[in-house]
Amino acid sequence: MLLDARGAKDDVWIKPDQVPQVQASHRLVLWEDWAGDSEVQARGVEIPNTLKIGDLLPILGQVELIAIRFGAFTDGRGFSLARLIRAQGYKGTLRATGPLIPDQFAYALRCGFDEVEVPDANANRQPPDVWLRAARSFSANYQRGYATGVNILDQRRLARAGR
Amino acid sequence: MYRYDEFDERFVRERVEQFRDEVARRLDGSLTEDEFRPLRLKNGLYLQLHAYMLRIAIPYGTLSSRQLRQLALIADRYDRGYGHFTTRQNIQFNWPKLRDAPDILGLLADVEMHCIQTSGNCIRNVTADHFAGVAADEIDDPRPVCELIRQWSSAHPEFSYLPRKFKIAVTGALHDRAVVKAHDIGLRMVRDRETSAKGFEVIVGGGLGRTPFVGKVIRDFLPEDELLAYLEAIMRVYNLEGRRDNKYKARVKILVHEIGVEAFREKVEAEYARLDVASINPDPAEVERIAAYFAPPAYEKLPAQSTALDAAMKLNPAFAEWVEINGFEHKAPGYVAVTVSLKGIGEVPGDMTSDQMRHFADLTDRFSLGELRVSHNQNLILPDVKKKDLFPLWQELGKFGLATANVGLITDIIACPGLDYCSLATARSIPIAQAIATRFADPVRQRDIGPLNLNISGCINACGHHHVGHIGILGLEKRGQESYQITLGGDSSEDAAIGDVIGPGLTGDAVPGAIERLVAIYLQERREGEPFIATVKRIGQAPFKAAFQHYVEGLRDHAA
Repeated sequence: MLLDARGAKDDVWIKPDQVPQVQASHRLVLWEDWAGDSEVQARGVEIPNTLKIGDLLPILGQVELIAIRFGAFTDGRGFSLARLIRAQGYKGTLRATGPLIPDQFAYALRCGFDEVEVPDANANRQPPDVWLRAARSFSANYQRGYATGVNILDQRRLARAGR
Repeated sequence: MYRYDEFDERFVRERVEQFRDEVARRLDGSLTEDEFRPLRLKNGLYLQLHAYMLRIAIPYGTLSSRQLRQLALIADRYDRGYGHFTTRQNIQFNWPKLRDAPDILGLLADVEMHCIQTSGNCIRNVTADHFAGVAADEIDDPRPVCELIRQWSSAHPEFSYLPRKFKIAVTGALHDRAVVKAHDIGLRMVRDRETSAKGFEVIVGGGLGRTPFVGKVIRDFLPEDELLAYLEAIMRVYNLEGRRDNKYKARVKILVHEIGVEAFREKVEAEYARLDVASINPDPAEVERIAAYFAPPAYEKLPAQSTALDAAMKLNPAFAEWVEINGFEHKAPGYVAVTVSLKGIGEVPGDMTSDQMRHFADLTDRFSLGELRVSHNQNLILPDVKKKDLFPLWQELGKFGLATANVGLITDIIACPGLDYCSLATARSIPIAQAIATRFADPVRQRDIGPLNLNISGCINACGHHHVGHIGILGLEKRGQESYQITLGGDSSEDAAIGDVIGPGLTGDAVPGAIERLVAIYLQERREGEPFIATVKRIGQAPFKAAFQHYVEGLRDHAA
């Protein structure tokens, strides 16, 4: 299941294990295979959460989708990696791929992810409405400088200015 | 103390509803137990040996009388009429039901409290000097900074799934009463030598547990308004590079140790240099808003000495001893901060009944402006007592068994819950603490021995901070038997040190005798006015080890 802040959506990207019907530009290539893929102009790459941001810099301008693989939902490296990728000015789609739980959805969005792709087994237990509800748990947050959501410190500043 | 504004209030209420939803999803099976575990831990709910345990945050150890009364109510309604104050300035209830947890969180929210991040692999409840704001040796009150960190670390989008738990402690004083060098991050308030601007010395990679380390300084001076951005840089380096292959090597202390403090510092500084700090740090008005809550109360103008106090002390030697041992110098003339010992002889260190809580809350209102503190030593503090009020206070405390005069002495033992409660424990801690306290109960003897920190942990995770006890006791399991290893020379002060193991493990019943031998060596070797730890540092471990060895051999001969 693929979903973004609005809900479930179709995946237009062709996975590494799917045989492309056409020579599609929306091909998602594993990081390990990226180097050998010079003749096919893939525009999507799936990276491990251990990748150093420095290794990714040369291709940030070439791709439209970066999928960060979460091996386990308890492994939070992907959140920091997403932050670093966004800090480099990457404007394409950022996807979290793996067995995340709905209670992490808001965190993922705030760290700069656009969408989350979870295994079907997880999606069966946790349909999109659960994800969307979980994402709305907090109406505002304490941290400044994160991508989405209302920030309490800035709300206080506005309240002070309005007085 | 800090009071929630509308945003804080809404945040904790939303947190309660979030957890209620998570519990419901666990019960209907849409969350697996593995998925639910980190969520309940981040709300302070552990599964222990006999039941769930709920750990409630007491941020930087500051509590109001109203909050203490609510804890008493929770103890009666959802627990067995008592709570346990921990070595991280929190309180634990040992017998709540999972289904009641959301309602308990609701009762806590009613008095501006929560259980957020009292467990789990996230930034934990931030701790501070328990004499913050009243200590005479203070550069500044550390609690506004702690409150800023509390808010910043709550439900952090990036740092809620760290390799391991992460503990931050702050002190604003010259003397370290917050054990900052045994924390993942320790912050010491300092002044810049040239400009005398306020800032922090930043210490990283301290910790106890399986592999104890004293923290290392990575920044001598960080201007105070740069703190949150610098913390973000440290946390990001740790989140990305901390080990995740082995939970015993996952704390930041191991990363600092493995790559070296220089390399760690370089990584943090490189990340920090890259950050847009203005977008992260709070604006000065927000810092001022928080600080205003901690402005000193309007102290009465009092003479430094109280004739009423002097007279009462002359007439009542037991009272005089209590004042001398449990009193702490206050920055305001005529006031004193009082430590109320939760270490009555034979009692469970850190435990308090609901009756005691209610009584104590009343005394807090009557004698200390409605505010109290919880220390990492598992005692309570009335921070703002008038000297002239000490005698009636002492009399009232005595009615509920709270007037024990032993703060900092050998019976003021820090002990984790151990195998009586904890699912991680390998041995019992509480009975050992009780046996030692009973052995050294004589008040004259305790006073003669003087300041001595004795710490007991029931397993290698070291919640009893045994590594930094002057005498540390670690309970292990050897071939199905409880076995206690004794360390000597640990220090939790600004001269932080990890104690050394002095010999083979002992059975529990042999521990008090062994402590006797160590104390005997001290009494024999000490110089005029020299406290225990100073003698240990001066004469070294050898005489103590020899006496211990002799004791162990005697035990063997006796058994044979």
